[in-house]
Amino acid sequence: MTQLRIEASTALCQLQDAGRFGVRHLGVTQGGALDWVAMNWANWLLGNPLGAPVVEVALGGFTVVAEQDCVLALAGADLDARVDDQPQLAWRSFTLAKGQRLSLKQPKHGVRAYIAAPGGFQGGVVLGSCATVTREGLGGLDGHGVALGKGQLLAFAATLPALREVPDALRPSYPHKPVLDLVMGAQIGDFSGMSLFEAFNSDWTLDSRADRMGIRLLGPQLVYQGAPMISEGIALGAVQVPPDGQPIVLLNDRQTIGGYPRLGALTPLALAQLAQCMPGEAVRFRAVVQEEAWRQQQAYLNRWR
Amino acid sequence: MKLRIEVVAIDSLMVRLFDAIDEANMPWMLAASQRLSAAFGTQLVDLVPSYTTLMVQFAMSPGQARALITQALEGLQPDTGSGGRRHEIPVWYDASVGPELPVLAARSGLGEQEVVRLHSEREYPVFALGFAPGFGFMGLVDERLASPRLSTPRKRVAAGSVGIAERQTAAYPAVSPGGWNLIGRTPVRLFDREREGYSLLQPGDRVRFVAVSHAEFMALGGDDSPLEALA
Repeated sequence: MTQLRIEASTALCQLQDAGRFGVRHLGVTQGGALDWVAMNWANWLLGNPLGAPVVEVALGGFTVVAEQDCVLALAGADLDARVDDQPQLAWRSFTLAKGQRLSLKQPKHGVRAYIAAPGGFQGGVVLGSCATVTREGLGGLDGHGVALGKGQLLAFAATLPALREVPDALRPSYPHKPVLDLVMGAQIGDFSGMSLFEAFNSDWTLDSRADRMGIRLLGPQLVYQGAPMISEGIALGAVQVPPDGQPIVLLNDRQTIGGYPRLGALTPLALAQLAQCMPGEAVRFRAVVQEEAWRQQQAYLNRWR
Repeated sequence: MKLRIEVVAIDSLMVRLFDAIDEANMPWMLAASQRLSAAFGTQLVDLVPSYTTLMVQFAMSPGQARALITQALEGLQPDTGSGGRRHEIPVWYDASVGPELPVLAARSGLGEQEVVRLHSEREYPVFALGFAPGFGFMGLVDERLASPRLSTPRKRVAAGSVGIAERQTAAYPAVSPGGWNLIGRTPVRLFDREREGYSLLQPGDRVRFVAVSHAEFMALGGDDSPLEALA
């Protein structure tokens, strides 16, 4: 067993994995890494199952010290990572020698970085996952939904996999004003024609009201003309429109049912891109149909097969 | 029942069975859940039941999933027997832990005893779980007890708090924010990781609230700290 000692952390540095499934009927949310593409790559670099437990660091402020020599992997946002004082590039695995310090300081490009360890970090598995969901008190190191904290130890297998890099051509880029694919949902016809035009032809700015439950977007007011809804299941990435007309993209820690009308739901790839956008940044929506989005997703998953 | 299948996300379809909240939906919803679980097997990623709908998340193409749903629900019959466990949930109805009990009593003109009697008289189906793990939306309460949510939700509601919103009733499994009208508190743990399946309630279960005295509430392990202690 190898360990990292946490020297600095924030409420936004959490143990995450692929999330909880088969439990939504109990009111238990999904949880899991917001940028699943970066999580997959971090795990791939070490030969782990792609959804193995990783550390999700949003915005930085995270430092660990190696208690033994170890190999780690880093993927996702550029959070000004350093090993001691030397810059550490993402999208590769690297050695952290006993006593060396890995710190993720501040966002330079993107928002969320993922640290993986051989075999995955050990956590408190609750309902099949150690994804930290603070609101529900589930997952994390001890299983009670607490974010990572200073002084805690992160444990993992004492193996030293060969060092690797993610091929350049396969690395996600985090472009300015990303275009997010939105699978059109059944209620889309209940929004006014003007609202639909604006939904897909306007810039949408990320509000500062953003967390792991959802991200509010600011832009033209969308008008729903349908009947009031009875609460129903909410899919990951659902773009719901409350009465103020400003959409909210619902993320991994969303409530399981709700009664606001929806334009549809972002695709998993669009959600991975959105997870790397800062408040104040702009995004656009592109309408896609379900079957086509599904085929694109299967093709994308082939890169890990 | 008029079945519709609607697109909600890349890997999810909404199966819409009804248009209104009704206790009579529940045997149909239970039967449909069971059939869908059996038909999808390991390719069912998740199934989210709510009042009138079942959201199916699947690991197959949307076209295949749609066909499988149609096939699985053909000739659906209501499940009137097997589905749904019965629970009796003890409640200490008291203003110190349920500050809206006197408010409801005054607004309806019924008095506190009659409010308690009406709330604990009916057996309620669990329509859906949501809002928080183990939080069961139940109903419908007697029309005279119907009350709008608080205009300003409380920042902290005690675990076990029993409340009413419109014609629905529920108990909070854990401390959380909440806007329901609180009328009492149960000592029962609604979401407990020591329990098989974690949640006491499942959609389709039936619940009757049973009024207990303060002494019984304490003997059952209840915490009688007044709500203000949490604020």
